[in-house]
Amino acid sequence: MDIHEYQAKEILAKYGVTVQPGRVAYTPEQAAFAATELGGWHWAVKAQIHSGARGKAGGVKLCKTYHDVQEAAGSMIGKRLVTHQTGPEGKLCERVYIEVAEAFEKELYLGFVLDRKAERIRVIASAEGGMEIEELAQTAPEKILQQIVEPAVGLQAFQARELAFGMGLNIKQVQRAVSIIMGCYRAFREKDATMLEINPMVVTKDDRVIALDAKMSFDDNAMFRLPDISEMRDLAQEDPREAEASQHNLNYVGLEGDIGCIINGAGLAMATMDTIKYAGGEPANFLDVGGGASPERVAVAFKLVLSDPNVSAILVNIFAGINRCDWIAEGVVAAAKGLQVPLIVRLVGTNYIEGRKIIENSGLPIIGAETLLEACQKAVAAAKEHRAKLGK
Amino acid sequence: MSILIDEKTPVIVQGFTGDKATFHAKEMIEYGTHVVGGVTPGKGGQKHLDRPVFNTVKAAVDATGARASLAFVPPPFAADALMEAADAGLELVCIITDGIPAQDMMRVKRYLMRYPKEKRTTIVGPNCAGIISAGKAMLGIMPGHIYQRGSIGIVSRSGTLGYEAAEQLREVGLGVTTSVGIGGDPINGSSFLDHLVRFENDPETEAVIMIGEIGGPQEAEAAEWVSKNMSKPVVGYVAGLTAPKGRRMGHAGAIISATGDSAAEKSEIMKSFGLLVAPSANDFGKTVLEALKRKAA
Repeated sequence: MDIHEYQAKEILAKYGVTVQPGRVAYTPEQAAFAATELGGWHWAVKAQIHSGARGKAGGVKLCKTYHDVQEAAGSMIGKRLVTHQTGPEGKLCERVYIEVAEAFEKELYLGFVLDRKAERIRVIASAEGGMEIEELAQTAPEKILQQIVEPAVGLQAFQARELAFGMGLNIKQVQRAVSIIMGCYRAFREKDATMLEINPMVVTKDDRVIALDAKMSFDDNAMFRLPDISEMRDLAQEDPREAEASQHNLNYVGLEGDIGCIINGAGLAMATMDTIKYAGGEPANFLDVGGGASPERVAVAFKLVLSDPNVSAILVNIFAGINRCDWIAEGVVAAAKGLQVPLIVRLVGTNYIEGRKIIENSGLPIIGAETLLEACQKAVAAAKEHRAKLGK
Repeated sequence: MSILIDEKTPVIVQGFTGDKATFHAKEMIEYGTHVVGGVTPGKGGQKHLDRPVFNTVKAAVDATGARASLAFVPPPFAADALMEAADAGLELVCIITDGIPAQDMMRVKRYLMRYPKEKRTTIVGPNCAGIISAGKAMLGIMPGHIYQRGSIGIVSRSGTLGYEAAEQLREVGLGVTTSVGIGGDPINGSSFLDHLVRFENDPETEAVIMIGEIGGPQEAEAAEWVSKNMSKPVVGYVAGLTAPKGRRMGHAGAIISATGDSAAEKSEIMKSFGLLVAPSANDFGKTVLEALKRKAA
């Protein structure tokens, strides 16, 4: 789960991380008023969307008057902002963050990730802040400093010092950077983060160190113990179909193709998508209906898949373990009544004979298949035929 | 032979009296698994499925001599259950639970390091379908009837793709020694490599299918080990060629976030280390036959 910059800063400030004074605003008027309340003579107006690289997309503006602040906020609120991370459809900006702006001397990078290879938290830092770390890893990997955290004792101050001195800071700056690094680590650990990025972390002329931007993602699996974080979820930043799927405990990911997929198991779902491609087609979505696919879940799955107007055929592929094919077949038959696109169904595993009988006896024009490849080939052919019929 | 479990392995079920655990424990017993009891804190002293229930894993191990456990414990309590099993000296814990926080697994893995290697518990899972030694014993939730006894080992991150492989092997007249689901989470109890070592040392296993997916470095590590150490043919497959970057595909661990995470890259790595890679998930059976043929030639 992702959160907004201002929310990440709210969390980090509680862990002693130095951030600039700031306020969130939902209207241009609120933005201008926030600037008067904050004081100072320069402000940054920042679009709050779940994406990095906002600066290049016009989502960060430096303002010198209250009027400028109001105008900048007006240019962002209600607009879709397209960055290279959002995809062409962009993300809707509904709120902006107004922050007191200040001159700085240096831009540094600080990041925390859950490293799958080491199975540890990895801290990454660099004196080359402001650019994306992936880019830096390609162009100048020697400028990236790293520390692995031993989980039994947590991040130690000496590790933070090594990073801070490594970034070329003087002793005053080092002490301040260490408290930011340690604070971020505690937040990462206690809030089950999977990613935390301060890019840039800046150094001012008078040796202060400030987290100028902040990005955090959290482990969806840990939400049971993070009521404060789950409250920060912003559904407007998510794909509406994916958000609806998650309400029903289904996993849906929208794609570009035209063959709708309803499958049990994440691995089989991915492999079915791949086999559709192998057979010459393109999948419209990833959808895992999970272990206990009841008729209600199957019905929701059909609704989700059909809400994508590109879908020209639906492929249901079930390998029943905990599931029973006859239950699924009943759900499929109920959902398939009145269906406008061709439906291909493959049932394997527990009670598959009973399941296939239910499909056959339904009298519905459902296309059956034995193997994975056969199912995908039939789906590709049916989709093509359906498109031709509609003159698409 | 088989790996990890057979019909003599004494097994307990953690979270024994829950609905799902009860259903699957019955299936496991029916399949021939030597289930000797279970653990549910607060229900010690009762009987469930004609077997004794204990309050703690230690008590269960002391009374029954259990060597393996199947854990059916909800996510908030799963890490605790795994550490309890490790501390009680069980050789093997298979954990089915989906939804355990990654940082909990990180701590569990660190906790296991307290024990010297020869006394360290092997964890299989989480977020997996379990382990089955065909015709002998089942520690999981798979449909037992699709596994025909034979000479092929299966190790898979995905449960359903493991089923798909077993079914295809049966269709081409082959069978399975043991099938292990290592699970779809970003931090697994045990890796492809851990189980490939076991299959290499199992005299009955003649070839292995390794079924990976997008995300994480495990497939590449395992493929490198295979090229250097394994005498038996290994067939590889990686699901998620059509998965977009940065999107989680169902499994918590199935996400392309770094170089080397994509299915195309992993398949290439497998090929470069000499593995035969199945061109699609429809070709597990065929590709294993091909691998056996090449080995014999």
